Amino acid sequence: MKHLLSTRDLSTEEIVSILAMADHMAEINARAVPKVPALRGRTVASVFFEDSTRTRLSFETAATRLSAEVMTFTASSSSVNKGESLRDTIETLSAMGVDAFVIRHKSSGAPQQITQWTEASVINAGDGWHQHPTQALLDAYTITRNFKELNSMQGRTVAIVGDIKHSRVARSDIDVFTRLGAKVVLVAPAAFLPSSLEGWGVTTAESLDEVIDVVDVVYMLRIQRERMDAAQMPSLREYGSLFALTPERAARMQDHALLLHPGPINRGVEMVVDPSMVPGSRILQQVTNGISIRMAVLFSLLGGDATTTLSNGAES
Amino acid sequence: MSAKNQSIVIRGATVVNPDSVFVADVRIANGVIEAIGDGLTGDVVLETAGCFISSGFVDLHTHLREPGKEEAETIESGSRAAVLGGFTAVVAMPNTDPAQDNVKTVQFVRNRGREVGLCEVIPSGCITVGRAGSKLVPYEQLAKEGVTLFTDDGTGVQDALVMQRALMIAKRLNLTLAQHCEVASMTVGAVMHDGACCSAMGVPGWPSAAEEEMVRRDIQLVRMTGAREHFMHLSTKGSVELVRAAKAEGLPVTAEVTPHHISLTDELLSGFDPIFKVNPPLRTMADIHALHEGLADGTIDAIATDHAPHAGHTKEETLDTAPPGMLGLETALGVVNTALSLSPQKIAALMSWNPAVIANISDHQGRPVAVGEPAHIAVWDTTTVWSVSRDELASRSTNTPYHGMELRGRVRHTIYNGQLVVQEGKALA
Repeated sequence: MKHLLSTRDLSTEEIVSILAMADHMAEINARAVPKVPALRGRTVASVFFEDSTRTRLSFETAATRLSAEVMTFTASSSSVNKGESLRDTIETLSAMGVDAFVIRHKSSGAPQQITQWTEASVINAGDGWHQHPTQALLDAYTITRNFKELNSMQGRTVAIVGDIKHSRVARSDIDVFTRLGAKVVLVAPAAFLPSSLEGWGVTTAESLDEVIDVVDVVYMLRIQRERMDAAQMPSLREYGSLFALTPERAARMQDHALLLHPGPINRGVEMVVDPSMVPGSRILQQVTNGISIRMAVLFSLLGGDATTTLSNGAES
Repeated sequence: MSAKNQSIVIRGATVVNPDSVFVADVRIANGVIEAIGDGLTGDVVLETAGCFISSGFVDLHTHLREPGKEEAETIESGSRAAVLGGFTAVVAMPNTDPAQDNVKTVQFVRNRGREVGLCEVIPSGCITVGRAGSKLVPYEQLAKEGVTLFTDDGTGVQDALVMQRALMIAKRLNLTLAQHCEVASMTVGAVMHDGACCSAMGVPGWPSAAEEEMVRRDIQLVRMTGAREHFMHLSTKGSVELVRAAKAEGLPVTAEVTPHHISLTDELLSGFDPIFKVNPPLRTMADIHALHEGLADGTIDAIATDHAPHAGHTKEETLDTAPPGMLGLETALGVVNTALSLSPQKIAALMSWNPAVIANISDHQGRPVAVGEPAHIAVWDTTTVWSVSRDELASRSTNTPYHGMELRGRVRHTIYNGQLVVQEGKALA
């Protein structure tokens, strides 16, 4: 495996082996000094053309704990504002000696295009509405470790609630969850579903009330207020009446059911309930697990010979 | 180019005319077809047994980019690409900078085409000033300059009343309006066909309905005004059905399709390569089949390239920001002949005779190969297999979606105004 652009780049076996490697990384993270020399001498460039403090910090922390050098590039303070093309930016940074690029871009497909212009590995840290593969891996990790079924989500039902159409998290999660055996139900108004769900292997529901008391995981997506225009949805109130997680709805969740959210939470929009009041909430655990997963991904891509032994043949 | 007064004999090719197909030698001299027969001799003799000879192709839809975007194409480089594709006339789209909404720009394009002298360059006019969709252009003035085809190509005329008024004027002045059918409010930010691929890729979609809604509206406007309207680059099954019904009703509508819409599908975009981004977008196999049927039954009158050069760096942007458009002139015949099994007469009808009528130039282009006719000629075959290389095209740009693909059928010689401008697939000037 040279790049991680999409969850579809990973076989199901590779997903399972990255989750297993994240267990090792979690052990490292639990140590008094959570740092190993695994990627000493390697350089990871975190190149964020779109703001995202939490994902950037998560990747940079993961790289630092593996002893890689971290080079940070954010578009707001960079040559992109001076009109430099994507290709020129990548070629320039590559020339400084980069082993892996961690890319966040507002345009779907940008990380894939970048692979043409560099010899380095490219990790997609979120592109447009397309993919956010490490988010899906950390979500699958969080769910499987909570349910103590390490290699599978067989028999579990996950409700993904919100703006599916414009969500890279949803596209990534759906692929990973279904391949690990989960049933996925999308809970969204028609305007927030893509025009075709052909090949997605999911069902849909028209309100959270239809599914809240039967699912094993409630996955709330962030609703962007700017998408709440008249063409998409008449009002936030109307949206909330059908799709927000209220205290009443949260109380109907099964005892073992988990609540996940990719963050940042929009309180009063999709999350009317205070997540700290929901016993099944694993929202902060997702953040912690994100570091372990990103360490596992970085090590899989850059770990050289050790990769084969640690990742159970993930190299391809 | 061959010397002015040289006679050229095309020996042994199959003459393709609307009412007959026969093997003969054809001699061209003094700008006209001088003789047709056996054993003709001349100053230049081209052995072309196994090839077809027809009137030169006519492209209803060429972006020459001059004035304004000369880094992508010029009238000279575009003319050269045209004749390499067998085209002896191209209708230059008006989305230049400045746009072809005024006499001066139209004169510039026509005159520059004449100076280059490789093929006939026919400037189209805009329907509205600056292609902005509101104020009508000075139709009488432009018609006096010989402009007969008007379009806001690149955008459709959104306002139904503006389009209705334009059609009323076109009816009175005997002009043709050509529409790029796209309801803009349904395609904001659109990157590709709104279907399964687009949904999986997470990019804004261009629904078929956005094209069909404008086709439907314009058919109604044609019914009301009685004016002629030409539908450009139709891409969907529903559009073909609408035009078929309009023709059955006897309405004066015509339609074109591009080589790429009859040969490529939206699945090619799954790698996010902007080379496959085009407007209207590549659609599905079901749409391709419907377009093929439309060509076969005459619903669609013409193949038009929508040759749309873009400078290399612009196709290195992300899929959502890269401009839409593909090259088409040099690959048109090969793509059409590879994608469809058409008779030589059908190919000549779709690429020469019918578009000449739609462009209102059938008094001198798209004519039969007959003694006394103007010598605008294409000699082509349907058997040569060749591999497309973007680096070997005459266009200034390289944005062909067919790079590395094999096509069957190639233009061998092109004669414009009695002059040999392409010989054995090579431009002579």
